[in-house]
Amino acid sequence: MSENTFLLDGEAIPFVPGQTVMQAAKAAGKYIPHLCWHPEFKPHGSCKLCTVKANGRFVSSCTMEAAAGVTIENRTPELDDKRRTLLQLLFVEGNHFCPSCEKSGNCLLQATAYDLGMMSPHFDHFFPDRPVDASHPDILLDFNRCILCSLCVQASEQADKKNVFVMGGRGMRGRRIIINSESGKLGDTDFAASDRAASICPVGVILKKRVGFAVPIGERKYDQAPASVVEVTK
Amino acid sequence: MNANTATPAKTKLRVATTSLAGCFGCHMSFLDIDERILQLVELVEFDRSPITDIKHCGPCDLGIIEGGVCNAENVHVLHEFRKNCKILVAMGACAVNGGLPAQRNHLDLRDILEEVYQTEPGLTHGGIPNDPELPLPLNKVHPIHEVVKIDYFLPGCPPPADAIWKFLTDLLAGRTPHLGHGLLHYD
Repeated sequence: MSENTFLLDGEAIPFVPGQTVMQAAKAAGKYIPHLCWHPEFKPHGSCKLCTVKANGRFVSSCTMEAAAGVTIENRTPELDDKRRTLLQLLFVEGNHFCPSCEKSGNCLLQATAYDLGMMSPHFDHFFPDRPVDASHPDILLDFNRCILCSLCVQASEQADKKNVFVMGGRGMRGRRIIINSESGKLGDTDFAASDRAASICPVGVILKKRVGFAVPIGERKYDQAPASVVEVTK
Repeated sequence: MNANTATPAKTKLRVATTSLAGCFGCHMSFLDIDERILQLVELVEFDRSPITDIKHCGPCDLGIIEGGVCNAENVHVLHEFRKNCKILVAMGACAVNGGLPAQRNHLDLRDILEEVYQTEPGLTHGGIPNDPELPLPLNKVHPIHEVVKIDYFLPGCPPPADAIWKFLTDLLAGRTPHLGHGLLHYD
């Protein structure tokens, strides 16, 4: 094996020193399932979907720096089974009703669940009571679908320099995204539909108004190809 | 036909289907398998189903449930299916996760009934229906796997006919049903 490569599911993957396992895998066209990781932002390893086994130990591939000679297991039945369980936990924790969600077909949570063959939510549903915020003229927020990936927090802080979204609260039902305005409403912030944060949401929380079905169901991002293809080619 | 030369009829699998808190859209999608239903009836015969109008489920190999559980009658029917069917399948979004009816779950049942039947302007104010023939609604709508053990799940709203066909032919051939990209849909 040459100097700067590691083994991913038995295949040698080259990397540039400083790259994470996730970055190197994506550059090589290899899909590691993920939700809270986005190439534009610093990884924080919180969704755990990208967990791989590096030399036999569980580790988040989005935060682990690639190192020469490491043997990494990714799409093994054991890891995909754990990923499916993580997805099922996310599905029952929120209110994910795909038939009535305009993000359906463009949703990374849904596409990842398809890719991993999630056939049922398995667990009992929480059916939580979460708010919808339609106060902004151009953007709708539906927190029923939030998976707390915090990409909107990062995008608003780092790309837009606005700090519109913050992570707040504690505990299973308390932790949530809070809008940084006195009223707690998005309409009272300087948030704009052109902000990076307006198009970063992997699920159907941050939605642009009046364009929900501009692209019809069946012709959307993950309708053409599964997440395992789309996520390494975009 | 000469009975002596006829090959013995293969035992057909017995299948029951029902819709609980659903819209019958999954059954409509089932009918969208079109002429393939002729191939299907070579392999199965129907017990309780909207197709036969049999009112109670007898011993079956396969039970297919559309819809979630929203009232007391749904619970009884679901238990009847579980008791009689060797394999029970949740078909469609409502059976799998409660679907559209479950979107009432964060609201109080009494508030909903009062708003719909008593206070909302523009609706007939005949009072909350209370006929003893009507099954009592449950406080929450439940996916069916929260009430009985479910063997297989077939998501979709509705599952496309091709997905239902793939699922059934896999199952009837003794394979674990596999849908894959394009057939596995939650919407």
